[in-house]
Amino acid sequence: MIEIKNVRKSFNALEVLKGINLTVNKGEVVTIIGGSGSGKSTLLTCINGLEPINSGQITIDGTDVHAKGTDLNKLRRKVGIVFQQWNAFPHLTVLENVMLAPRKVLGLAKEKAEEIAVKQLTHVGLREKLSVYPNRMSGGQQQRMAIARALAMSPEYMLFDEVTSALDPMLVGEVLDTLKMLAEEGMTMICVTHEMAFARDVSDRVAFFHHGVMAEIGTPDQLFGAPQHPDTQAFLASVR
Amino acid sequence: MFDTALTWSDLAFLAQGAAMTLAVTAVSVTAGTVLGIVFGVLRVQLGAIWSAPLTFVLDVFRSVPLLIQLVLGNALQSIAKLGWAPFTTSCVVLSLYTAAYCSEIIRGGIDAVPATTRRAARSLGMTWWQDMRYIVAPLATRVSLPAWIGLTLGVMKDSALVLWLGLIELLRASQILVTRLQEPLFILLICGVIYFVISFPIARLGGYLERRWSPND
Repeated sequence: MIEIKNVRKSFNALEVLKGINLTVNKGEVVTIIGGSGSGKSTLLTCINGLEPINSGQITIDGTDVHAKGTDLNKLRRKVGIVFQQWNAFPHLTVLENVMLAPRKVLGLAKEKAEEIAVKQLTHVGLREKLSVYPNRMSGGQQQRMAIARALAMSPEYMLFDEVTSALDPMLVGEVLDTLKMLAEEGMTMICVTHEMAFARDVSDRVAFFHHGVMAEIGTPDQLFGAPQHPDTQAFLASVR
Repeated sequence: MFDTALTWSDLAFLAQGAAMTLAVTAVSVTAGTVLGIVFGVLRVQLGAIWSAPLTFVLDVFRSVPLLIQLVLGNALQSIAKLGWAPFTTSCVVLSLYTAAYCSEIIRGGIDAVPATTRRAARSLGMTWWQDMRYIVAPLATRVSLPAWIGLTLGVMKDSALVLWLGLIELLRASQILVTRLQEPLFILLICGVIYFVISFPIARLGGYLERRWSPND
């Protein structure tokens, strides 16, 4: 369970998260939508401790992420994150990209790490690309590789930060299909996205962020069908 | 066709000089690169403000002519009664000089690794050290290599200045022969050819590695 309690976060004078409260249960898919600069992506990087917070608390299965003495490297093994920019390691092949963390972080033997990597890459449809270097692949393929790379750590939670925003429109579908597949398999996911149809399809709950505040949260039917907050209504009208 | 007083033993003398050049270069480039990596990483980790004193010292080593550094270094070790041999003094000064340039190259190489790539590595649970070792080091090496090869070739030629401390390296050996045989053009030509023969493989090695890496990047 991920519990976010009254989290505030500023970049210098700019407060990007103004007291966020959100609980995500095991097996749940929560999607966060909202305009640019609403703080959605920042929240994700705070959840796995890549960014510090100013106040409040984020706990993952009872572990306080930002407490002193929390082993973030250990915590991150169970919280995978995939970014808008897929951030392939360009000097490693696709297989090596996915094998690296299981080998070095989990300390698995080469054979075991390779087995896991091949399994995850097959899962995202990249079985044919094992020995290819990332720059020889399309953005969609690189993004799927990044997903496999995160999954190879056997995370219990996955965070997806606008993973289709930097892709050509024709490549968005393949990545969204991968996410849907994970959702159907019961992965606990928090997805920041601009893909409304996707949010409606896969989410258990959808949250709308506006200027650093979670203005509204509800089931897809509630939020898309009958938005309560005027800002939600305005946002949904603008993206339709 | 061509008449010269140069004998085989003179050539052997030149070869000894070349060996000295190689030895000074090898020691200085090795030590200078290790130090340069340490300084370069320190500068990136500390940030511009905290590393300012280190950067200043390195800037001094980059700005003051090597000849002056060698003479001052030799004077200092003698004042401090360190009793260093000219070879040691030469290597210490040249190493610091190399380290100053190398730290700049390393710093540039590390800065060229996108912060987002490093963030992705950390998000997989890698420690700072693992990120440095498996992601930053290979990528920064690719970026830094051409400049580092240039530095190595430069240091090899600059190492001729150690003749001022009395070391008989390649250039000094040539001078001695020129003085004795009065055939400056021919001897300097040979000397130049030897410098080229030493440099060429290093330059080629750089080109080879660049070609081997580039299709992947």
